[in-house]
Amino acid sequence: MTVFHLRTPLQVEDVRKLRVSDVIYLSGIIVTARDAAHRRMIEHLRNGRPIPVDLNGGVIYHCGPVVERVDNEWIVISGGPTTSARMELYEADIIRHFGVRLIIGKGGMGAKTAQACREFGAIYATFTGGAGVLAANAIRRVVKAEWLDLGIPEALWILEVENFGPLLVTIDTTGRNLTEEVIEMAKNRRDEILKKLEAI
Amino acid sequence: MNTRILEEAIERAALEAITRSVIYIPPDVKEALKRIYSEEESESSRSQIGAILRNIELAERMKRPVCQDTGILLYYVRVGYEFPSIKIIEKSLVNAAKVATKTIPLRPNTVNPLTGRNPGDNTGRYMPYINIEFIDGDILEFTVVPKGGGSEYVSVLYMPPPGEGVKAIKRAVVDAVLRAGPMPCPPTIVGVGIGGGADIALHIAKKAACLRRLGSPNPAPELDKLERELYVALNELGIGAMGVGGRFTVLAVHIDYAYRHPAILPIGIVFQCWAVRRATAVVEPNGSYKVFQ
Ligand code: SF4
Repeated sequence: MTVFHLRTPLQVEDVRKLRVSDVIYLSGIIVTARDAAHRRMIEHLRNGRPIPVDLNGGVIYHCGPVVERVDNEWIVISGGPTTSARMELYEADIIRHFGVRLIIGKGGMGAKTAQACREFGAIYATFTGGAGVLAANAIRRVVKAEWLDLGIPEALWILEVENFGPLLVTIDTTGRNLTEEVIEMAKNRRDEILKKLEAI
Repeated sequence: MNTRILEEAIERAALEAITRSVIYIPPDVKEALKRIYSEEESESSRSQIGAILRNIELAERMKRPVCQDTGILLYYVRVGYEFPSIKIIEKSLVNAAKVATKTIPLRPNTVNPLTGRNPGDNTGRYMPYINIEFIDGDILEFTVVPKGGGSEYVSVLYMPPPGEGVKAIKRAVVDAVLRAGPMPCPPTIVGVGIGGGADIALHIAKKAACLRRLGSPNPAPELDKLERELYVALNELGIGAMGVGGRFTVLAVHIDYAYRHPAILPIGIVFQCWAVRRATAVVEPNGSYKVFQ
């Protein structure tokens, strides 16, 4: 495990040297996106329409923040990650077409995303599920909100963060996928564990 | 005693309990998380538990909800037969939920399951959920549990052939944890309800997961033994905090049981994520109250 302090925009060389179990503290710009925003990005892609954020070298965070508006400014009160598996449907295309280098979420992602990470030079990192205050504490300001018509949790929140982390790399560019490996290993241990319990 | 004053006291006690529960993780849970942090050997898993502990500290310091999913509100009420007024309890508890949603604030989570309509105040048909039991005496006691969606999502009911007995129970618990993987934000508390009927098994499983304190022994010695056995077995799966691999996937297994029909063996399994939200209020007939975790 090596600890990296990275700043956006991320270069492909930055992420290619990271490995599963490395920890990142990230500074710069991140963009939140959940199901609806992912779906719309793909629609825009198909229709040849631009999206309102530049994701080249960028970071997508699977998160629907709790925000408050104080004196005409948005403040993120809490911003823990949401389950990334729901975005599996879209993420590979988004990595390929928009040049995203880092995806942050919880629970890990599947084979299609891992394949896109390897091919196009991107990684996936887990941020601790439920750690909403820790995330909010790393957010310096809300730069902008786009697609607010999708509702507050589903909108694109463009956030400036400082030392956002720990982000634990679980998919790297070598084809490793830590969460899948862990679950696979657990499945392999199942029978032996049940035998010890005298349950099979 | 003026009913109006008592009504206000219950509402204030409930508001205070909700507020405490969403900001402060109960001491038994904090202690368990600190223990596994010091015992975990996997650096990946340790990074996650460390972040959880820092998050808990920040929430306390900034007085903010510890997790952004402030859940749906469940009240487990125990009211004395001699408590002056039963009629006012439900109304006061519902009001407290509405006020808490605005003042803390809570995420407005309750939606109509079919239309998606969100009233915006965490109420709705059966919401907040209020479960009432009667006890001797003249006090009102209730525990509020704001229950998040992620850990509820993987809760399950098994109906194995009853002849398989305790073997089926063990298999059901291991398979539920395996299937849940990283989804319920491990480390979790696994609540297991055995017997009764479908609803009873899940009801007692949920109470075991969400209400029982960590470190409290099971009063039934054979279940206490089963809990310890399953605790070791589940952690041997190696799923670890947030599913990144490690020695601690569960903080505890809590089992409860009910007598059953001979033809069925319902097994309810309910998960409680690391972000255990619970606080209890005791209201005296004179309107004085205390809130504790
Ligand atoms: S499972 Fe628990 S800790 Fe995780 S996001 Fe949901 S409520 Fe928060």
